[in-house]
Amino acid sequence: MDPGSHGRESECKRIFALLSEYLDAELPADSCDEIEAHLKDCPPCLEFLESLRKTVELCRGFRPGELPGPLNEAVRRELWERYQRALRARSSAGGAGT
Amino acid sequence: MTIGEAQQQEIELARRLVAGEPGAFERFVELFRNKVFQYSLLMCGHHEDAEEVAQDALFKVFEKLDQLREPERIRPWVFRIARNACLMKRRKSVFAPAQELSLDELMPQAGEDGGQRKLDIADWSNLPEEQALRAELQRVVRQAIEELPENYKTVLILRDIEGLSTAETAEALEVSEEVVKTRLHRARLAVRQKLDWYLRSRRGRQTAERAN
Ligand SMILES: [Zn+2]
Repeated sequence: MDPGSHGRESECKRIFALLSEYLDAELPADSCDEIEAHLKDCPPCLEFLESLRKTVELCRGFRPGELPGPLNEAVRRELWERYQRALRARSSAGGAGT
Repeated sequence: MTIGEAQQQEIELARRLVAGEPGAFERFVELFRNKVFQYSLLMCGHHEDAEEVAQDALFKVFEKLDQLREPERIRPWVFRIARNACLMKRRKSVFAPAQELSLDELMPQAGEDGGQRKLDIADWSNLPEEQALRAELQRVVRQAIEELPENYKTVLILRDIEGLSTAETAEALEVSEEVVKTRLHRARLAVRQKLDWYLRSRRGRQTAERAN
C-alpha cells in the first residue's frame, strides 16, 4: 500500500462500503473481481475484511436466549380456535391462497 | 442448515399449516413462538416483554391467517407482525428518536508501522477458543447488538440471527432492499467496532498481567 496515494485510499474507502455485500455474495461479478484484485494488493483491507467476516460469524452463532417455558394451555386453545376460524374462512373463500 | 434450507422448510410448514394438515399447527407454534421470542428479546431487552410479544404476535398471525395468500411469504409476514407487536409494546415505555450510523465513524484509522500502512485494529487472527472467553465474547456481541439504533438492530437480527434473505427482510420492514443492505453493513460495522475495542482491552489486560 502506498500511503501517499490518495487514489488508493479513496479506493479503500469505496471498497469498505461494499464489504458486507461482498461477504453475502450480493454483488455483480465485475464488482467482486474488482474487490478481489484490490484485496490482493491491500493487506489492511484484507485484514479488515477478516474481522468483519468473523463478526458476522459471531452474530450468526449468537442465540439471544431460551423461552422460559411451554406455552400456556389457555393461550394454546385460543390460538387453535383462531386457527380453525381462519381455515374455515379460507375454505369458504374457495381455496384461497393457492 | 443453510439459509436456503431453513427457508424452504419453513415455507413447506406454512403450506401444510394453511392446508390444515395434522401436526402443522403444533410445529408452527413451537418454531415461530421461539423465533419471535428471540427477535423481541433483543428488540425489547426484557424476557417478560419478549414472551408477551411472542404471544401477541401469534394471536395476530392466527387471526389473520386467512389473509396469507402466499405461504412462501410466511417469514417476512410473521416478522412484520412481530415488529409491530414490539412497537406496540415499546410505545408504552420509551420512544427513542431515529439515530443514524455514519460510515466514516465506523472506518478504522490507518497508521504507519515500519513504512507499511497498518490499520489501527485488534488482532483478529486467533479469537479465544476457551469456553469462558467464548462466553465473554457472546456477552460483548449481545451488548453490541442491544446498543444498536433500532432501525439497524432490527435489520441485523432478521438477516444475521433469524437468517432472512435481503428480500424477505425488506418485505418484513417495508423498506427497499438497498436500505436493508446499507443498514446491515453499518450495523455489522458497529458490532465489529465494539468487538474490536473488547479484543484490544483484553490484549491490554493480558500484557499488563504478564508484566506483573
Ligand atoms: Zn484497501
